[in-house]
Amino acid sequence: MSEKKFSKKHEWVSLDGDVATVGITKHATELLGDIVFAEVPDAGKPLEKEGQAAVVESTKAASDVYSPISGEVTEGNKAIVDDPSSINSDPEGASWFFKLKVKDKGEFESLMSKEEYDKFCKENPN
Amino acid sequence: MEVQKTALYNIHKNLGAKFVPFAGYEMPIQYKDGVVKEHISTRTYAGFFDVSHMGQFFLEGDETLTEALEKIIPADLKSLKINHSKYSFLLNNDGGIIDDLIVTKTEKGFCIILNAACKENDIKQISKFLEKKHKYLLNNDLSLIALQGPKSVEILEKLIPGVSNLKFMTGNNFDYDNENLYITRSGYTGEDGFEISISNKKVEKLISFLISNQVKPIGLGARDTLRLEAGLCLYGHDLNEKINPIEANLKWAIAKKRKDVGGFNGWDKIKNLLTNGSEKIRIGIKPEGKVIARENTKIFSTEGNEIGLVTSGTFGPSVNAPVAMGYVKSNFAKAGTPIKLEIRGKKYGGIVSDLPFYKKNYVK
Repeated sequence: MSEKKFSKKHEWVSLDGDVATVGITKHATELLGDIVFAEVPDAGKPLEKEGQAAVVESTKAASDVYSPISGEVTEGNKAIVDDPSSINSDPEGASWFFKLKVKDKGEFESLMSKEEYDKFCKENPN
Repeated sequence: MEVQKTALYNIHKNLGAKFVPFAGYEMPIQYKDGVVKEHISTRTYAGFFDVSHMGQFFLEGDETLTEALEKIIPADLKSLKINHSKYSFLLNNDGGIIDDLIVTKTEKGFCIILNAACKENDIKQISKFLEKKHKYLLNNDLSLIALQGPKSVEILEKLIPGVSNLKFMTGNNFDYDNENLYITRSGYTGEDGFEISISNKKVEKLISFLISNQVKPIGLGARDTLRLEAGLCLYGHDLNEKINPIEANLKWAIAKKRKDVGGFNGWDKIKNLLTNGSEKIRIGIKPEGKVIARENTKIFSTEGNEIGLVTSGTFGPSVNAPVAMGYVKSNFAKAGTPIKLEIRGKKYGGIVSDLPFYKKNYVK
C-alpha cells in the first residue's frame, strides 16, 4: 500500500497496484461533525476525476464526496453505510468509502502529500 | 446591521463553541462534544441553552391590554391566571402565523417570549393594537437560559429552593444572589426543565453553578434535533406567515372559547377550516432506513403524485433514526400512510408518523 495522497476537497487516496482506496480526511470529519448517513457507489460504476462519487451527512447538512481520481468502482464500503458514526472514529483507516481501479496513476501522483495537505488545511481552515 | 452577541459570548468561546450567524446573532451551533453527545446528555442528564437572542417582551396595562392582545393572539388571555403560560401565535388577517410564542400572565400584564428573527416585526404588529396607556418593553438587559433534562429540577432546586414546586407551563419569581429572577417550567426539547430569565450581570454566575454540576452547554444543532424529536415546530421552517394553525396541526393551541367566539385576526378563515378541514396539514415522517429527508424534500404518494414538502428533517439521536416533519395533502395525513421521498433525484420510502417521535412526561 502506498503513502496517502490528499485532495483539496478533503479526500484521501492510497494506491495498491492499480486499485485505489478513497475516504474522507480526519479534518473533513471535524468540519462535518457527527456523521449519521453515508451512501457509497456500487461496484462497476465509472467515476471521473473530481466527479461526485458518494454522499456523507452530518446532523447538520449533506455533503458530496468526490473521487480525486478517475476509474471504475470495485467496491463500496457497506460497513460505513450500516454504521455511519464509524467514519468519525476511524476516517483514515477502516472507514474508507470506496475502492476503484484507476486509469491513470499520474492523477494519483499529482495529488497533495500529507505535508502539503496539512499546510492547505491551515491556510483554508473552513 | 452589526452582528449581535449575547452576554455569554465569551463563556461560549471558552467552552469551545463553534459559532454560526443566527437571526442577527453569533450563536453556538455546537461545543466540543458535538451534536449527538449534547443531545444525549440533555435527554439523560441535563443541558443548558443560551436562548438570550429570543425576545423577552413585557407589557403592562389593565383589561384593555388583554383585549388588545386577544385581537392578534388566539389564546384565552382573559382566563389566564397569573404565572400561567400558554403556547400561542401572532396571527395576520389571513390567519397566517406571524410568529409562535409563549405568553405568561404577570402581575402587571404579560410577558411574551418571541423568536429572535421575528421579534422586531412582532412588536410592530402587536403595537398596532395597543393604546397609549399600555406600556411595553423588549428587555435586552435580561438573558434567557433554558435548563433542560431529567436532572434539571434536582440541580436547580439546590441553587433556587422552590423551583421544584412549579408545574409545567407555570412560572414564578425567585430570589437569587440579591436579585429577582423569573423562572418558568417549560422548554423546547420534550424534557422536563426550566427557562430562567436573569440579568446579563448575573448570568455568568448561574452558568458557573450549572457547569459545576456537570450540566453541559448545548448548541443550536442539538436544540434542533431535540425539538424535532419532540415534534415541536421551528418558525421560519415549519411555520410561516402563509401557514395557519389548522394547517400546522396546532388547533389545540387555539382556546376553545376563542374558536367559538372569535374576535381575532384571521378568525373567518380559521372558523371555516375548523369546519371543513384544510387542504394540507403538518405531519411527522419516518424515512425508511438511514436516509435523511431534509427541508424542501419533495413528498410523493406511492402512485407517484407530488403531495407535499418536508419542512424540517434530521437524524434523531434518541430515536436512533432519521425523523422529519412536513406538509402533505390532508388525505395522506393518517399515521402509517406509506409515502415516497425524493432525495438527490432518487425516491426513498417513508411513512407518515404520529408526533412526537420521542415522548416523556412533563410534570403536571
